[in-house]
Amino acid sequence: MRYLPLTEADRREMLAKIGARSVDELFRDVPQSARLGGKVAGLPDHAGELEVERAFQAYAARNVSPASAPFFIGAGAYRHHVPSTVDYMIQRGEFLTSYTPYQPEITQGTLQYLFEFQTQVTLLTGMEVANASMYDGSTGAAEAVLMANRVTRREKALISGGLHPQYRSIIETTAKWEGFHAVVGKPDVDGLEDLIAAIDKETSCVVVQNPSFFGHVRDFGKLAEACHAAGALLIVVVTEVVSLGLIKPPGDMGADIVVCEGQSIGNGLGFGGPYVGLFATREKYMRQMPGRLCGETVDADGKRGFVLTLSTREQHIRREKATSNICTNAGLCALAFTVHLTLLGEAGFKRLAELNHAKASQLADKLAGVSGVQVLNDSLFNEFTVRLPKPVAPVVEALAAKKILGGLPVSRLLPDDPSVANLLLLAATETSTDRGMDALVAGLKEVL
Amino acid sequence: MDRSQGRTGGIVSDGASAAPATFTGNKALQIEEPLIFEMGQPGRCGVDLPEPPKVKDRLNGLRRTGEIGLPGLSEPQVVQHYTRLSQKNYAIDMGVYPLGSCTMKHNPRINEKVARLPGIGDLHPLQPVSTVQGALALIDALAHWLKTLTGMPAVAMSPAAGAHGEMCGMMAIAAALEAKGERAERKIVLAPESAHGTNPATAAALGFIVKPIPANDRGRVDLAALKAALGPEVAAIMLTNPNTCGLFESEIIEISQAVHEAGAYFYCDGANFNAIVGRVRPGDLGVDCMHINLHKTFSTPHGGGGPGAGPVVLSAALAPYAPYPWIVKNGDTWSVAEDGSTVDGTPLGRLKAFHGQMGMFTRALAYIMSHGADGLKQVAEDAVLSANYVMAALKDVMTPAFEGPCMHEALFDDGFLKDTGVSTLDFAKAMIDEGYHPMTMYFPLVVHGAMLVEPTESQAKEDLDLFIGALRSLAERAKSGTAAEDFKAAPRFAPRRRLDETLAARKPVLRWRPSNSFKQAAE
Repeated sequence: MRYLPLTEADRREMLAKIGARSVDELFRDVPQSARLGGKVAGLPDHAGELEVERAFQAYAARNVSPASAPFFIGAGAYRHHVPSTVDYMIQRGEFLTSYTPYQPEITQGTLQYLFEFQTQVTLLTGMEVANASMYDGSTGAAEAVLMANRVTRREKALISGGLHPQYRSIIETTAKWEGFHAVVGKPDVDGLEDLIAAIDKETSCVVVQNPSFFGHVRDFGKLAEACHAAGALLIVVVTEVVSLGLIKPPGDMGADIVVCEGQSIGNGLGFGGPYVGLFATREKYMRQMPGRLCGETVDADGKRGFVLTLSTREQHIRREKATSNICTNAGLCALAFTVHLTLLGEAGFKRLAELNHAKASQLADKLAGVSGVQVLNDSLFNEFTVRLPKPVAPVVEALAAKKILGGLPVSRLLPDDPSVANLLLLAATETSTDRGMDALVAGLKEVL
Repeated sequence: MDRSQGRTGGIVSDGASAAPATFTGNKALQIEEPLIFEMGQPGRCGVDLPEPPKVKDRLNGLRRTGEIGLPGLSEPQVVQHYTRLSQKNYAIDMGVYPLGSCTMKHNPRINEKVARLPGIGDLHPLQPVSTVQGALALIDALAHWLKTLTGMPAVAMSPAAGAHGEMCGMMAIAAALEAKGERAERKIVLAPESAHGTNPATAAALGFIVKPIPANDRGRVDLAALKAALGPEVAAIMLTNPNTCGLFESEIIEISQAVHEAGAYFYCDGANFNAIVGRVRPGDLGVDCMHINLHKTFSTPHGGGGPGAGPVVLSAALAPYAPYPWIVKNGDTWSVAEDGSTVDGTPLGRLKAFHGQMGMFTRALAYIMSHGADGLKQVAEDAVLSANYVMAALKDVMTPAFEGPCMHEALFDDGFLKDTGVSTLDFAKAMIDEGYHPMTMYFPLVVHGAMLVEPTESQAKEDLDLFIGALRSLAERAKSGTAAEDFKAAPRFAPRRRLDETLAARKPVLRWRPSNSFKQAAE
């Protein structure tokens, strides 16, 4: 077996040194009834690299790659071009096959990029401090609510109807099993929801998304003021991090915690994961943050270096009193994010955001010209909602049959809400072409 | 796992290198590297993007104004910067990485290749289900392997990491208790003091009260004490097996029977599955759920601290509560049951957007297919053999914490360092100068000055012998009683000497700012 270096002769010598006659003797603490006579039954034996690769090519062949079809799906995961340099860098073995930097003297590479990552996150979000990443945006949103509950010592979270339905669902699951109240708004299809009146003295936080799940761009400055007046925190979720190149950042609107899905920068779609959650807050709440933090210090020779820090918040020290049970972050996905954002820089990131906005704006204009299609958004970044004259799910299937991946039926994520049955959510990015948009328009005209 | 945080030990600056300093501060291949924020120039960019077409602004008057503050670098600068940073890291690709509890085994590159295939790596999670049948089949294939290898009837695939899997499993237990109307009274979760910190953290987050189970002098759960602790208030036991002392819980069947007889559930922490994969099925031991760290046993790269993946296998009693999404096979096609869908059960909710860590599923399945049932059994055997070999080769100069064969980890205490002035931390830092990543230190807590060595199955015997030789030499030097200062000054040859963790925690600097740009101490 190509991955196993020990030879039969090695194994005999090692057993002799141990003083055991067989490997079975080393497993003597396993109860007799649980010892298998041989290998686990009903599974194939080992395979060569060629056979393995063929098997995966066969899986791939049964899917439709977004690269092979006009593509307009977003809803929390966005198709962007990732420069080749990014994938090369994250595949360097020194990054790929290292672990959490427990020994900082020999993991300064990881620690320095995490420090760069944390700084980039604070700059994009307009916040003061950021952690070394979360599993993804969706789990980060639930952790943000738990943090707000700790900070305010309250137990009621108000959840906007503009929040991604699966994010909402994760917060509701957390609320049910960890024991707090999540009050959920109706789907905010038109972007006019006003949560200020719902805030009271028991509210720990208000969770909004910008741009919203339905694509609306909103100013949450007044909502932040209302939160702070009531002693609650404002949590702003951003599922399309590229939008921060063009839209006023949540920190400037008064957000207390910002959670972003960072997948768009550096990380491919990957059928939903692994992605990278960005998590930023105000300095005064730093010690209530979940997750790993990287900080600057000096070594014994006085040279600058980086370490994991403030670990007294964490499970391996605090155990049942920890701020969260999280151990790891999304280190390699954070590296991909950092390398891509460093390649983009100030000018590139802003231009990327402009391009996305322009492409989506063009798509909205084209679709507005299709009979029966109503664009619902006055404001948008790279994603928006349209109303069709009939239920969307079969329309999207019919488009797929024409090899067009034409957006997401909102009903897929909100199956119990008949009012969204005719809504289609569409995204465009720098990867969208005029030809692709025209194909979508033509396809829609045929199937409507 | 590691307990070194907050233990800085003595920092000794003794002008360790006798050679004169270089003018640049560089040391041949070790190049001092600034932060990207100290390198950028306006007008530089590492991408070429077209001029955006002019369109109507739809930003609701919320256009971002002013500088974000991102530095401008060209592509070659970015490549050089991150390449230089990479050279400051130790990694599995470089040698023995014996970090106990972390299973730092070889990461095959075919796994990276297949995860990036067009039609796998570039799929959107919300494409029409008809266009992702291969992806769903792939997840189902991995699920089949995981269920068969563990002898369990169901698996929840979506948890993003081991700790996330623990949360999923304990939520499933809470859901099962709720269904029986027992959630209010069963408030206690039992866990050994040797447990990973995530176990009590998870249980506490769900409102359970964590009570310790004592260990016996053989490093295993004290069965009589456990039986005495069980009762109508106990919801579950959380137990790692093989345990964090590197030992198999020999009375595991009696434990699971006692737990079930008391109406409680058995959560098994699967962090150490590598010791038994392909050789023992946890389902035969009576566990109700177990998370599987795909980044440990199944070799998805640790990536500097994630991403991981933590699918949870579930017994028939807990399977109905598995969270959304469920991948359902109907004849030759697959569908995804998402929130609100009717399934054969009452899902506890949702833990993560989309369908889980697909990139990790792909790599893990490639690893599993490469090994097959025969190779996985050999993995467990070689991992256990290597750990016992290390133990046998060091037991005369270091102090094993327990007698008898270990599983895939060899645990030592600091008895051999007594009165030498050298601590576990000092010993570990001296290993760095010898070219090795240290073992896990100060964990488990139940062993004084613990050193947990997990060689894995990936090291050749010659390399294990070199590693053993280095540890023997260090142990003998420590025991000479005259080398404490040398140990306290280690490491000398790493990219950095010991770092001041107290300073980092007392005055946290968590981001770069123009005003606090670091000035190197005057030479």
